[in-house]
Amino acid sequence: MTDLERSSSAGDGRSSNGAELDLHPEPQYPVNDPGHPEHLPRLTDVDEKAADRATRQVATMFGIVPVLAIGFAVVYFAMPRTMYIDFGFLHVNLQHVLLGVTAGMSLLLIGVGAVQWARQLMDDHEMVDYRHSAASDRDDREYVITELQKGTEESKITRRKVLGRSLVGALAAMGIPLVVSFADLGPWPTKKRRAATIETTIWAEGVRLVNDVTYLPIKASDIEIGQLVNGQPENLKDLEGTAFLQAKAKSSIIVVRMDPNTISIPASRQDWQVGGILCYSKICTHVGCPISLWEQQTHHLLCPCHQSTFDLGNSGLVVFGPAARALPQLPITVDGEGYLVARSGFTVPVGPSYFERDSRHDFQEGDS
Amino acid sequence: MARPAATVSNAPIVQAETPKKELGPVFKRAAPPAEYLDERLGIAKLSRPFIRKVFPDHWSFLLGEVALYSFIVLLLTGVFLTIWYKPSMAEVEYEGSYQLLRGLTMSQSYESALHLSFDIRGGLLVRQIHHWAAALFLAAMLAHSLRVFFTGAFRKPRELNWLLGVALIATGLIEGFAGYSLPDDLLSGTGLRFVDGLIRSIPLIGTWAEFFVFGGEFPGDIIVARLYMVHILLLPAIILGLIAAHLALVVYLKHTQFPGPGRNETNVVGYPIFPVYMAKAGGFFFIVFGVLVLMGGLMQINPVWEFGPYNPAQVTAGSQPDWYMGFVEGAIRIMPNWESHIGGTTWSWNVAIPGLGTMGLFFGLMALYPFIEAWVTKDKTEHHILDRPRNAPTRTAFGIAAMTCYAMLWIGGGNDLVATQFHVSLNAVTYFLRVAVFVAPVLAFMLTKRICIGLQRSDEERLLHGAESGIIERDPSGSYAERHRPISQGEAYTLTQHRQNAALMPAESDEDLSDGQLRRENLRRRAGRFYFIDDLRKPTRAELEAAAHHGDGDGHDAIGDGHDGHNGNGHNGNGNGHHSIEAGATTSGAIPSQTQ
Repeated sequence: MTDLERSSSAGDGRSSNGAELDLHPEPQYPVNDPGHPEHLPRLTDVDEKAADRATRQVATMFGIVPVLAIGFAVVYFAMPRTMYIDFGFLHVNLQHVLLGVTAGMSLLLIGVGAVQWARQLMDDHEMVDYRHSAASDRDDREYVITELQKGTEESKITRRKVLGRSLVGALAAMGIPLVVSFADLGPWPTKKRRAATIETTIWAEGVRLVNDVTYLPIKASDIEIGQLVNGQPENLKDLEGTAFLQAKAKSSIIVVRMDPNTISIPASRQDWQVGGILCYSKICTHVGCPISLWEQQTHHLLCPCHQSTFDLGNSGLVVFGPAARALPQLPITVDGEGYLVARSGFTVPVGPSYFERDSRHDFQEGDS
Repeated sequence: MARPAATVSNAPIVQAETPKKELGPVFKRAAPPAEYLDERLGIAKLSRPFIRKVFPDHWSFLLGEVALYSFIVLLLTGVFLTIWYKPSMAEVEYEGSYQLLRGLTMSQSYESALHLSFDIRGGLLVRQIHHWAAALFLAAMLAHSLRVFFTGAFRKPRELNWLLGVALIATGLIEGFAGYSLPDDLLSGTGLRFVDGLIRSIPLIGTWAEFFVFGGEFPGDIIVARLYMVHILLLPAIILGLIAAHLALVVYLKHTQFPGPGRNETNVVGYPIFPVYMAKAGGFFFIVFGVLVLMGGLMQINPVWEFGPYNPAQVTAGSQPDWYMGFVEGAIRIMPNWESHIGGTTWSWNVAIPGLGTMGLFFGLMALYPFIEAWVTKDKTEHHILDRPRNAPTRTAFGIAAMTCYAMLWIGGGNDLVATQFHVSLNAVTYFLRVAVFVAPVLAFMLTKRICIGLQRSDEERLLHGAESGIIERDPSGSYAERHRPISQGEAYTLTQHRQNAALMPAESDEDLSDGQLRRENLRRRAGRFYFIDDLRKPTRAELEAAAHHGDGDGHDAIGDGHDGHNGNGHNGNGNGHHSIEAGATTSGAIPSQTQ
């Protein structure tokens, strides 16, 4: 490192007098380096008053910090937790805000003070360091290569090659226990387990459709045309904990009533509905969000996550968005008391696609 | 870069000599413990190379620092949060002080997040600082990577540090995602459900991966505990290691610097670590920390109590991930609904391609770029002087094109909000973006390249004709021209300090080259022409001299004056004169005398 002042005086500022540029024969870099520009002192370097002022600024910033820090403690212990600022739409906990403001301002003042100190008062002569090539010297390289060679020979690995080969084999074999140890990360999705988990729901013949908040059964006659009800199977409430969540993640349904004359019901699904009341899986066939934005007039159902849109008036076919498959429809009927019940479980797996899914049985455009 | 400072003509002469060894009182008192440590650790030897290490000054070098300091804030606040957070999906009934959720069944992790927010003093503050710091961490890393990209700081010898940076951003994304999935509120649960759908869409192994990650069927009872381990142990350890290596390389290779007088490839000009950077960088840490604490106190983020506990049958309209996942979300949203049904299998392209492919493509291209450019230029020299973005028009254009593509995807991630806020059709926004994500980057590329070349022209104008003075002169014949002032030697040096690469014509067949080698060389040359053929060649010494004499001959003190350049009869010719290859050239091999 050197002080720049000495090394840079030559050739500086020539062209600023209107003379010619100092040029270099090298074609890539035609202009010569004028050297480092002369150091210009700051006001604080030459004016003691300005330096005093800057010192006071820095010290004041640092000086406020203890006050704020004590303020933080006061707010923490003395302020009632129930005080709120109510100002227009603003409704915030006063203690929370004041803790943030006192702590944040103290940190900020330390930082600004330190930077101001560096900028105004610390010596600001630029220094220069010389770079070294990232690569090693030729000597270093040669030394390392020679010694490695020597060491390799001393280890006898070159003569007794079986040592090296068997070691590589041994280390590679340790990959087996490493990988195998993770085989119990989760149950294996064999065909049987898939059929019992992601390919089935708790819907079955005769299971009542219930409101998903009150768990009250849904009466066909209570649903108006245009109405949508979020539903669950009645037997969901028998489950608890993880099993409950796993079942609910698949069994959620929506029940809609549409004017039968304005929708198209394929022949194969005529008896899946009750007077224009249709039931679909609520789980999007894209990535599994629960779909719930209902357009009454168009019979479209829009997923709020990725905007896939399904036509409930046309067997749940996709009309827009990234989802590829129609919403699975649940065949329903009414029981003796007029409540909606399932005629069977879903005929295809609900929810997003997976590799082993047999998607040949999903309802497609043109099916009847 | 030289900083503006008050000017005074009578600068005191600085004495570089060190005064006689007279230790101050602090040093006197610190001497015994320092000696104790030095005898055991060799601290003087260790700190000797670093204590006055020079670090160049530029505002854009602070972006990486912001990322580093946000990460430190994340570690500090994260430790605080772990004291109360419970990573358990066990069901509990909420009995805490937030009235609206009392009596509801929820997971223990959500309950503990509520407890932290309402019953621990300062808990909400720290939670919000942590979340803001995460958002800032990712933003600062991305901004820093853009700075590095556009200035060419990734070139030899820093390619590996660029790779470490790419790994940091990728790890940071996943770390952020794992973090915001922990509270197990409705929003984060929806995010997890999306991840479930994404994982199971992977061809061949998707279902297995899903069952292994979630410990069975979604949601299972273990994913939160696993994400917690990933979030507080696995990924922070990886990030910490990457940061350590990243910084060690910065120290070893020394920082790059912008061109300027007194700066060249063999030196680094700036201020010493002690005391200037100790104060500046240390102070800047406190500034970043302070701003984050103020944000945590004054700006709400992720109000989990408003979303309610996770319920697989519910979702909030306008659900969105944190901002940094927005580009993946957008790709998912605007992807057409392609899915193949082959035999009894389902290939879910509509999820797998945008979900995994977008991240793979972005990080893959980022990681590869330095090596692509090095292959095109065949440049094996070390670079420590940064490029001004205009002087690498094609690279800059690629960068802007990638940013534009990212922006289109990011807008796609909020296509529903764009539709509702601007009262346009959601479908139209989506269809538009499906096209724009491919077309907009091409337009951005062309536009950026033209702007860069325009800026190169203005540099050339200053070099050959000087700076515009604002003084209009009328000559005897009645025509008007602006007087130009010559630029300083320092500026001329700055404007000509960048390295230029040649655009080469196809190579002729040669006995030394096999057919395959010739094909590869010509492919490389074609890429080189694509890169460099439009570059404005910087003036040669002869041209600079000619321009200077031309100016003298006119009796102006300008190097050039108003009757060339704009009129098209001067050194600019028809604008092609300085291109690095002649438009009509038919000869093979290198054109103008530049090395390969």
